[in-house]
Amino acid sequence: MAPVIKTEKITHIYSAGTVFEHTALSDVSFEALRGEYIGIIGHTGSGKSTFIQTLNGLIRPTSGTVFFDGTDIRQSKERTRDIRFKVGLVFQYPEYQLFEETVFNDIAFGPKNMGLNAHEVAERVREAAGFVGLREDDLEKSPFELSGGLRRRAAIAGVIAMRPEVLIADEPTAGLDPAGSSEIIANIGAYRRSTGATIIIVTHSMEEIAQNADRVTVFDGGRIVMDAPPAAAFSRSDELSAMGLGVPAATAIANRLRARGLPIAGGIITADGLRAALRELRRGAGSA
Amino acid sequence: MLKDITLGQYFPDDTVVHRLDPRTKLVLTLVFIAALFVARGIVSYALMLAALVCCIAASRVGARALLKSIRPIIAVIAVTAALNVFFTRGTPIVRLWAITITREGLIGAAYMVTRLVMLISGTFLLTYTTSPISLTDGIESLLAPLKRIKLPVHEFAMMMSIALRFIPTLIEETDKIMSAQKARGADFETGSLIRRARALLPILIPLFISAFRRADELATAMESRCYHGGEGRTRMKKLAMSPGDYISLVCGAALALAVVLTNMAAP
Repeated sequence: MAPVIKTEKITHIYSAGTVFEHTALSDVSFEALRGEYIGIIGHTGSGKSTFIQTLNGLIRPTSGTVFFDGTDIRQSKERTRDIRFKVGLVFQYPEYQLFEETVFNDIAFGPKNMGLNAHEVAERVREAAGFVGLREDDLEKSPFELSGGLRRRAAIAGVIAMRPEVLIADEPTAGLDPAGSSEIIANIGAYRRSTGATIIIVTHSMEEIAQNADRVTVFDGGRIVMDAPPAAAFSRSDELSAMGLGVPAATAIANRLRARGLPIAGGIITADGLRAALRELRRGAGSA
Repeated sequence: MLKDITLGQYFPDDTVVHRLDPRTKLVLTLVFIAALFVARGIVSYALMLAALVCCIAASRVGARALLKSIRPIIAVIAVTAALNVFFTRGTPIVRLWAITITREGLIGAAYMVTRLVMLISGTFLLTYTTSPISLTDGIESLLAPLKRIKLPVHEFAMMMSIALRFIPTLIEETDKIMSAQKARGADFETGSLIRRARALLPILIPLFISAFRRADELATAMESRCYHGGEGRTRMKKLAMSPGDYISLVCGAALALAVVLTNMAAP
């Protein structure tokens, strides 16, 4: 299957030629398939935020090319703008970007910019609100009357309303309580299931990746240093911790148990997986 | 794009110019500006230019950074030059329809442009080589006598350093909000002037809200650390004049004197 998004050796240097020169990305080649769920992890300053902004053309890499559906997103001005609607990008703390008088109008900002008519815009807004679990009466409120978690969901709905084929989110659960976090992850999952969109999530939560992602891409020093299914990536916990990254709690527990001599299987990344492995172990011990 | 704005930006380094006491640099900049306005004639200008070039060279800031600081006001300089060229009376050189260009106009424009460029470069050299904190410390110290007449000098200095401190933060914030709205298809570059002004609303509203939020948080943070203004506060970094400071001040005074003298000598 052809990748929906592909980058070819992109390098990005900030403030080139000054004392503040800083290479954020070097030679990053990456592919995402249609419908794939990709988790991006990396230490602060590893280039992941810069990277996702190159995917919808907000940042033009110093060198290298970004392809959407096989063609360069920089082919023409119209195409670059069009890509913004196809590759939806949710920034960190998106609730601080709300500006309209009502939640409805704010979610409608993207669809309106797409040039849709009032009827279509309303339909998109209702649909997006449904995905993030906003009630009908929330739509007529001011964004500032909503709670923090709901405000975040309204902001995410503002991107979903463009029906992007690729939905990218930069730490969508940062600063939320566990209930709020899992709701947002569920909202994004619902959007993916009903539209078949590709999801790319930057996160610090290894649990989130273990539970949802098909693949995890690890950034370090502006490069992709690991790109593998979560079970395979988290089995390299030493390398990850050398980069200042962790593994899911279940993997850490399994590792410690194994270190103590318990014959526990590898590739455990979720609590359910750990529970199953421990049951297995007890059954084995019982029959022996 | 916005990150390239160099307004009041500080380039950390360790040169003679960077090490000078901020008070010295402030006084020298004021002397320089004053001298620039009284300077008449090519000799005074040459003296001023030589002094400025020496300072720039010693600061290692680089001509490129300084030229960049002039870029935003090129339009102002161009208009001033044009006004001088077209509206000064004197000996005509070129005459086209209603437009007359005079010799005096051209000379006046040349002086005006040099003066403006030197003015901008000189003041930017100050902010490029002095960190905002020591700059406000210097201002506070220079204005200290005004405390006698009950002017809240420390509070003014504090407000200024907070304002300076938050310029980069606000620029970064603006950049982020712009990117976020662009990601939803906002278009700031095309359309009529009114359309473009309207397109700024999605940036300005979140920016104002976050600026107020930040101010509120900062006030709480300062209060919870018992900040109480100027009376009885001690400093982490005491300002101290070094021999180099006195030498620089003497040089500055000499330059000003030289400019005044050449002015008097000039016709």
